[in-house]
Amino acid sequence: MEKEEYLDLYYQMVLIRRVEEAAAQLYQQGKIGGFLHLYIGQEAVSTGLISARQPQDRVITAYRDHGVAINCGIPAQKVMAELLGKATGVSKGKGGSMHMADVNKNFWGGHAIVGAHLPLAAGLALGDQYLGNDAITICMFGDGATNIGYFHEALNLSKVWNLPVLWVCENNQYGMGTAVERASAVSEIRQKAEGYCIPNDCVDGMDVLKVRQAAEEAIRFVRQNNGPFFLEIETYRFRGHSMGDPERYRKPEEVKKWEENDPIGIYRNQIINLQIASEEELDLLEKKAEKETAEAVQFAENSPEPPPEALFEHIYADAQ
Amino acid sequence: MAKITMREAISQALWEEMERDPNIFIMGEEVGVWGGTYAVTKGFYDHFGAKRVRDTPIAEAVIVGAAIGAALTGTRPVAELMTINFAFSAMDHIVNEAAKLHYMFGGQFLLPLVIRTVSGGGRQLGATHSQTPDAIFAHFPGLKVVAPGTPEDAKGLLKSSIRSNDPVLYIEHATLYQTRGEVPEGDYTIPIGVSKVQRPGRDVTIVTYSKMLETSMKAAQQLAKEGIEAEIVDLRSLRPLDMGPVLESFKKTNRAVIVEEGWRSFGVGSEVAARLYEEAFDYADAPIQRVAQKEVPLPYNRTLEQMALPQVEDVIAAVKEVL
Repeated sequence: MEKEEYLDLYYQMVLIRRVEEAAAQLYQQGKIGGFLHLYIGQEAVSTGLISARQPQDRVITAYRDHGVAINCGIPAQKVMAELLGKATGVSKGKGGSMHMADVNKNFWGGHAIVGAHLPLAAGLALGDQYLGNDAITICMFGDGATNIGYFHEALNLSKVWNLPVLWVCENNQYGMGTAVERASAVSEIRQKAEGYCIPNDCVDGMDVLKVRQAAEEAIRFVRQNNGPFFLEIETYRFRGHSMGDPERYRKPEEVKKWEENDPIGIYRNQIINLQIASEEELDLLEKKAEKETAEAVQFAENSPEPPPEALFEHIYADAQ
Repeated sequence: MAKITMREAISQALWEEMERDPNIFIMGEEVGVWGGTYAVTKGFYDHFGAKRVRDTPIAEAVIVGAAIGAALTGTRPVAELMTINFAFSAMDHIVNEAAKLHYMFGGQFLLPLVIRTVSGGGRQLGATHSQTPDAIFAHFPGLKVVAPGTPEDAKGLLKSSIRSNDPVLYIEHATLYQTRGEVPEGDYTIPIGVSKVQRPGRDVTIVTYSKMLETSMKAAQQLAKEGIEAEIVDLRSLRPLDMGPVLESFKKTNRAVIVEEGWRSFGVGSEVAARLYEEAFDYADAPIQRVAQKEVPLPYNRTLEQMALPQVEDVIAAVKEVL
C-alpha cells in the first residue's frame, strides 16, 4: 500500500467512529427514531475488508450498516440524513438506520432480518456468474446469523453452484445479548464452513492491516472461479447491541479489556511505528473527520423531510 | 385460436419468453432433469440447458432469496415453488425482502422476479399439501399476486409477469392443468391487475378467480336452465385488485356472491365484500354471500375433503340466497 492508502484507511475508521458517536447523541436527543446499532469497535473489519474489493464487487450486510455504507463510499452526510429520515438520505428517508443501500456504490444494503440476506447474496453472486461478470459478492453477517436456517441454505447452494461469494462472519462474540457459546453448537464459527467444504480462514478483526491482507487473499481466491470462501473476523462491539441495551450479559471489565484493543489506537501505533506518517498528520485527519461529521449533522438537520407524496412512491416499479 | 390445456399455456409462455430473452432463467425443485413435478417444464432442460433450467436443493428460502438477489443484478429469474404450501418456508423472503426492497431503498432496487407456485386442494394430499392461502400473499403491498383461471389468461398473464419489473407471485391451481381453452395465436400479453367479465349476465354477480371460475361457470350453466343469468367476474389478479368490473356488474345486478377456494375468514371474499359495501352500499338489494372452504385443515379422506371444498351446489345455493 502507498502512504495515501494507509492514511485513507485511518481516515475511514476515524470517520465511522465520529459519525457513530454523533448518531448516538442525536438518538439521545430524539432526532433519530427506531433502532440504532452502532459499529464502534468493529471499524477495522469493514474498513479492511471493503478496501480490498474492486469497484464491480458487491457488498451486502446486515443491520449494523452505517460503517459499511461509509466504507463503500457513501458520503457521511447521506448516511446521517438517512438516520434523520430526511429526503436527502441514501434511501430517501424510507429505510432508516438498518436499511441503507446505494446501488451506484455497489452497496446492496442494509438488511434487518437476521440471516435473510445470505440467500440474497448467493443470488447476487448467481446473477454475476450467469451474466459472466468479473464481480464477486462480499456478504457480511454476525455470529448470530450462523445459527439460522438461511445461513445453511445459502452456504450449501453457494458450494453446490460454485458461486463467486465471500462469506464474512463478523464475530463480535454476542448475538444480541447471547454469547456465541450459549447459542452455537460450534463455538469456532469457521468450522461451520467446513461442513459445506468451503475453504475458510480466521483473522483478528481489531487489526485493519491483517483484515485487509486476509480479505485480499480471500477475494483473489473467489475471483479466480474457485467458488465461495468463508472468512471469520473476530471483533467486539464496544457499545450495546443497540441503543437502550442494558448490557446485563457482559461485565464492564470485559468491555474495558477489549477497549484497550481499540482498532483505531492499534492502527495509529502501527502507522507511527512503521514511520508512515507523523502524530501531527494523524491529528489533522482526526480534525478533518470531526469537521466532516459536524458538516454531515448540519446537512442532515437542514435537509427537507420527504414530501407527503413520497409515501406512495416506489411501491412498484412498473407504471400503475 | 388454438385450444390447449392450462399446462400447455403456462409452458408455452415460459418457453417463448426464454427464447425471446436470454436473461430469463428458471430455478426450482425438479424443474430440470425431472421436467417439473406438474410437467410444466418438460423438455426445457434438454433445450435450454442446465444453466437456464436450474435444479435447486429442497430449500425454499434460498430458492426465493437467491432469485431475488439474481433479479437485482439484471437477470430475470422465474423461481418455482413446487406448491404454495412450501412458500411458508420462504415467507420471510417473499414478504420481508421481495415485497419491500424497491420501496425501502427509495426505488433503487429493481426486482424483475416471478415466483411460480401451485395452490389448491382436491387431490387427497392431506392438510399440509392442499391449502389455498392465496389471500395471505395478497395482503402485502409491493408484491403482485396473479391467479389465472383460463389457459388464455394463464399464458398472457405469465408473459406480463415475466416482463414486469416487480416481484410477482404467479399462482397456478393443482387441478386446472388439464383444463382446455382457446388461446390466441402468437405473442400476446394480458395486463396484471385487470379483472374480466368471463360470462355476461343480468341477475347476479359472481366474483371469483382461479379454480373457482370453473366451479362458478358450472353453477351458472345450471342456473341458466332455471332462467337465472349470472354474470361472472374473474379477478385474475389479487394484487393489484381491479374492482372496476366488479363494481360495474354489481351496480347492474345489485346482488353478489363471492366464490373462493380458500377459507372464508380474512379471505378474498371478505375483501371484495367490504369493498362493495364501501363503494356501492346503496346498490345492494341483498346481503352479499361468500362461498369458501369450510374452516378446517383439509382432511385426506376423499368424501370429507370434498365436503370441505366449495362445490357447484354451494354456489347455486348462495346465488338463490341473494335473489
